[in-house]
Amino acid sequence: MTNRHALIVALSVVALVLLAALPAFAEKFYVQLFTKILIMAIFAMSLDLLVGYTGLVSFGHAAFFGFAGYLLALVTPQYQAASLWLSLAIALAGSALLALAIGALVLRTSGVYFIMVTLAFAQMLYFLFHDTKIAGGSDGVYIYVRPLATIAGWRPFDLENFVHYYYVVLALAVATFLLLSRVLASLFGGVIVGIRVNEHRMRSLGYPTFRYKLACFVLSGTLAGLAGYLATVQFGFVNPDMLGWHLSGSVLLMVILGGMGTLIGPALGALAMLVLEIAFQALPVVGAVNIGKHWQLLMGGFIVLVVLALPNGLIGLLEARPRREEVFRE
Amino acid sequence: MNEAVLVTEGLTRYFGGLAAVDGVSIACERGRVHAIIGPNGAGKSTLVNMLSGDLVPSSGRVTLRGADITGVAAHRISRLGIGRSYQKTNIFLPFTAFENCRLAAQSRLASSMRFFRPARAYRTLAEAAERALAAAGLDARGDMPAAALSHGEQRQLEIAMTLATEPEVLLLDEPLAGMGADESARMVELLRGLRASHAILLVEHDMDAVFSLADRLTVMVNGAVLAGGSAEEIRANPAVQEAYLGEA
Repeated sequence: MTNRHALIVALSVVALVLLAALPAFAEKFYVQLFTKILIMAIFAMSLDLLVGYTGLVSFGHAAFFGFAGYLLALVTPQYQAASLWLSLAIALAGSALLALAIGALVLRTSGVYFIMVTLAFAQMLYFLFHDTKIAGGSDGVYIYVRPLATIAGWRPFDLENFVHYYYVVLALAVATFLLLSRVLASLFGGVIVGIRVNEHRMRSLGYPTFRYKLACFVLSGTLAGLAGYLATVQFGFVNPDMLGWHLSGSVLLMVILGGMGTLIGPALGALAMLVLEIAFQALPVVGAVNIGKHWQLLMGGFIVLVVLALPNGLIGLLEARPRREEVFRE
Repeated sequence: MNEAVLVTEGLTRYFGGLAAVDGVSIACERGRVHAIIGPNGAGKSTLVNMLSGDLVPSSGRVTLRGADITGVAAHRISRLGIGRSYQKTNIFLPFTAFENCRLAAQSRLASSMRFFRPARAYRTLAEAAERALAAAGLDARGDMPAAALSHGEQRQLEIAMTLATEPEVLLLDEPLAGMGADESARMVELLRGLRASHAILLVEHDMDAVFSLADRLTVMVNGAVLAGGSAEEIRANPAVQEAYLGEA
């Protein structure tokens, strides 16, 4: 283990302790902000499995995020709570099936075409919910009561309680991180990274690469569905924007900004983008200029700066040298 | 007479109107090296690409141990026991030499849809990778990133990876390309050692290596077979001298 590696592990432990202690010292606003950051971190990690590890740049990842949210909205009775276990299982299974169907088609393309076709499928889903009366059409629909978690009559936690909800999301974000770390170190993980580096040679070594890419696409889509489900529970609301290209682009930016091909990078990207959005919006009016109102201009400048100064993303701040993979990537 | 393992009959591939390979019939036998020689553009690599499944033939047949494998996909061909190396080094540059070979050995598992157990916990894969590295003379280089190896070592790794898939037939596309004299000599020794246990199809421009290794030669010109025979027969063939050896 190198010193840098040890530093990253130490920083991760400190970050985890701080996150666990957050509700003890932070106001409700910040606990909810960090709930959202952790949800977006799950979303960004799921996308990085495709972009950074398998080399498949998806520009339609919001499709799975939003679809899981819509499934929760559709199975929730109007003024009653849905079962957490049942609705979560439906949302995850639904996004997995959607990823299987879309993946089976889009993975026949590669490169720029892959970017375009993933975008096209996500936009088809967007307009399906936007232009029909399903779940309130373009207005979306509210979920008045959050899902209920009961085990044989006992309620281990209450999702209406923002602190409880924060811990549920934190636990799931950590679980996602550990799951993906484990998968990436497995035989399957070796295959998908091999596909990114040299898919042609993988085929000539005897790997049917399509089915590995498809499995990866389904895993990624399912985890994006988990994030979408959690976001829907938090905001109590779904609308077609959850499926749109704007969100697909934002999460792709988080991955690139934080550092592709790592798991901590995308989480850092989610943190940076959501915190800066609020920080920039809070900037004061100077003379006739309302700086906060033009926060997107500042965000754009920040992104340009990071891309120029840190080609490996924010995670590059923690790494002495560029990663081996980056140096030799053709 | 050894048994022919890999046989082609009238194998042809068109690119547009051009026949890059035109009616080639050859056979590879276990324990023998069958060399394909010919000037650039003769269709040698196209022939290898059809045998490895990288290209689908326009017509003709390929059989492996009597079974028709014409047009079968590359990953299936590999699993049937035909391994190939590439003219242009085609390895996983960011991975170590060991990881390259382990990934190659891993391809022999029925499936790599194994999501939880760490890859390094598979002892048999590690041993297979070490064996392949040793067979190719790279045992001291296992922990080096492939990108940091010398050109000759990368060529050896290319062979090591192919060996890690435990093929019965080896398709070697210019294994000596770009090598210095010492590296070439070592590679020739390596290939000589592989002959007994494999059927080898060798495409190579280095005539010294070809004549020292090959049991049988096929000379290709403009996609077609000009002549075939033992090294002595080819050397003595006036048409070959005129068309190919004379130029070289």
